[in-house]
Amino acid sequence: MPKNLEKFNIVIVGTGGQGLITLLQIIAEAALFEGYEVRTSELHGLSQRGGSVEAHIRFGQKIYSPLVSQGKADLILGLEMQEALRGIYFANQKTKFLLNKQIILIPLVKNLTETEILKNLKKIGKVILIPAAETCQKEFNTNVVAGIYLISLASFKNLIPLKPNSISRAIKKIIPEKYLELNLKTFKLAKVY
Amino acid sequence: MLQKPGKKIILLGNEAIVRGALESGVQFVSTYPGTPASEIGNTFFRIDKRAKIYFEFSTNEKVALEAAIGASFSGLKTLVAMKNFGTNVALDALIPFVYTGTKGPTVIISADDPSCHSSAQSEENTRGISYLVHIPILEPSDPQECKDFTKLAFKISEKFKIPVIIRTTTRVAHQRAPVKLSKVTKPGNVIGEFIKDPERFVTMPPRVLEMKKELLKKIEEIKKFSEKSPINQISRGRASVSSKLGVITSGVSYLYVREALKELNLNLPVLKLGFFYPLPEKKIQNFIKKFKKVLIVEELEPYLEKEIERLAKTANPKLQIFGKNLLPEVGELKPEIVTSTIAKFANYKLKIENLLKIENWKLKIPKRFPQLCPGCPYWLVFGAVKKAVDPKKVIFGGDIGCYMLAGLSPHFLQDYLSCMGSSIGIAHGIKKATNPASAIASAGKQKLITFIGDSTFFHAGIPALINTVFNKSNPLIIVMENQTTAMTGHQPHPGAPLVPNGIKIEEIVKACGVKNLKIIDPINQEEFINAVKEFLEKSEVSVIIATHPCIFVAPKNA
Repeated sequence: MPKNLEKFNIVIVGTGGQGLITLLQIIAEAALFEGYEVRTSELHGLSQRGGSVEAHIRFGQKIYSPLVSQGKADLILGLEMQEALRGIYFANQKTKFLLNKQIILIPLVKNLTETEILKNLKKIGKVILIPAAETCQKEFNTNVVAGIYLISLASFKNLIPLKPNSISRAIKKIIPEKYLELNLKTFKLAKVY
Repeated sequence: MLQKPGKKIILLGNEAIVRGALESGVQFVSTYPGTPASEIGNTFFRIDKRAKIYFEFSTNEKVALEAAIGASFSGLKTLVAMKNFGTNVALDALIPFVYTGTKGPTVIISADDPSCHSSAQSEENTRGISYLVHIPILEPSDPQECKDFTKLAFKISEKFKIPVIIRTTTRVAHQRAPVKLSKVTKPGNVIGEFIKDPERFVTMPPRVLEMKKELLKKIEEIKKFSEKSPINQISRGRASVSSKLGVITSGVSYLYVREALKELNLNLPVLKLGFFYPLPEKKIQNFIKKFKKVLIVEELEPYLEKEIERLAKTANPKLQIFGKNLLPEVGELKPEIVTSTIAKFANYKLKIENLLKIENWKLKIPKRFPQLCPGCPYWLVFGAVKKAVDPKKVIFGGDIGCYMLAGLSPHFLQDYLSCMGSSIGIAHGIKKATNPASAIASAGKQKLITFIGDSTFFHAGIPALINTVFNKSNPLIIVMENQTTAMTGHQPHPGAPLVPNGIKIEEIVKACGVKNLKIIDPINQEEFINAVKEFLEKSEVSVIIATHPCIFVAPKNA
């Protein structure tokens, strides 16, 4: 276990159905592989039906709370851009936002534009905008693996203090056989970004 | 779930409960799904054959508990799981069960949902029923404790012949963390035997009053057990501060307290209560007797705080007790709330310059509410109803399931929502109250449509439907037959056609004496719209069974 890392706090934000819990499971397993303590928190049921959702993952030497505190996220993983903006509750000046360049429209109301969102996020932390959904759609004809692409990328670019090898091991552990090949291809695709 | 002992694997709190039950040698499990308890049943459903135990999704939580009582009376080690509201449904069976006591050890899981993430109807604090029922309640704070406390609960039940509740909350049930596995105990012979013992199993006066005396005596004995139990644990702080300040907490709040103390670099003594009922009163009194101030960190209603106020009267009358004067009584606690509260309590200056003041932002992020899945058949039902009637002129009754989203945009078809099955019961009352008896032959001025799912109909809708027939009212009831318990994760229910020889809802409806009945796939919009119009004019109760499978239900013969 790397001794210098005391703790790392991740909040994943997105909409119900984007596979947040799978991503949470993969990161948690990868952290356990590397010998960290890990705790996570997620929501099920009504809150999962297409509304705003957030998942919390914390790992490090000693972890108590399963929830990330206000302003204490090291990384906010935004699977949808408007939801990423909601994630600022957990951000401080050092927080990195790793964003999927995708806006899922909320029906019958005025939605925010990409420009508005980016302008505001940049006021706070460092923003890394990745066309994950678009890239996956082009390559695999589906964007369901956009989140896998993002967490893989995060490990290759050191945005998450977990080795790429731990992430791919965790993908093999968590993803069902039927979808494993697609997910591993996505992992490899993120390496060449 | 059936992995080898010695390993540390990441488990969800609910999965850890299952593992704890397996390590205890559980033999009989029943449940009705409800968030945040659903994964307990789902996991047993997946492994019951391999684990060689009996498992069932029961029709509702009362029936699930009654099944468990029968299994316990027959000597089996039994677990029953439900969400908080389910415990309310089961309460009528629970109270006498505590009087008779258990034969096979029995553990009941009751899951609360502070902040109502996945719960309509109320923000319940199920700990309160301990006073009503006299039932031991344990509160784990993480997955490891979910497993350990489940095993302890079986031991307590075995030793004192009483059912024991494990009360979780969303942040415990849906928390993942590594759990150290121990050995799974083989369930052995899962065929029990009911040995007649009316003295024990029949609650009737005058015997029932003797039973109550025996129960209260049992609780006194369990209190002694609680006094010595390591799950009520004290961590001593540094001597310099520990003489003045202390913290008492339980459940997930304990984790926030530890996080806060680490964050603030404070070392206060903490009493973590694993038992909510019966409380280790002497241990608490010993803990508080030297302090000037004590902070009680608990979610929702201040049950612990009230108990500690009482205990302080003799142990330390000058003690200043802090709790709900600093912490919210509505909504779940969060680590940042607990940190700032402990800082205040300990007169510690908290640096907050790094926190962003979001409320000062001009930008409005539009709210994203949950909605029906694309392709959900309920879109068709709500669409047809809107075409058939002027929604402003009709009362819409809601019930518990995905279709409660009728209350949100773009549907807005929900004028009341309460508990499971109540759409029909309340509809009857509204119809009787708004239409005088003299007008019984007419459809009445205020028309009313209720939406109720198939699983909810089986759960609690049938007695209410019978009441509309027996006491003559005329709501239009639309049974949303999507063939599954969708909201909680697509668990099976007793209905056809997915269950071989499943029960047909139309046959129940007919048997209840309903004459106006149509079964329509809402894909046939014209037919559906006409049926709604026709039935709203009837002077007797009408039922439309809107039959179309949930998009997550695999078509059988496709």
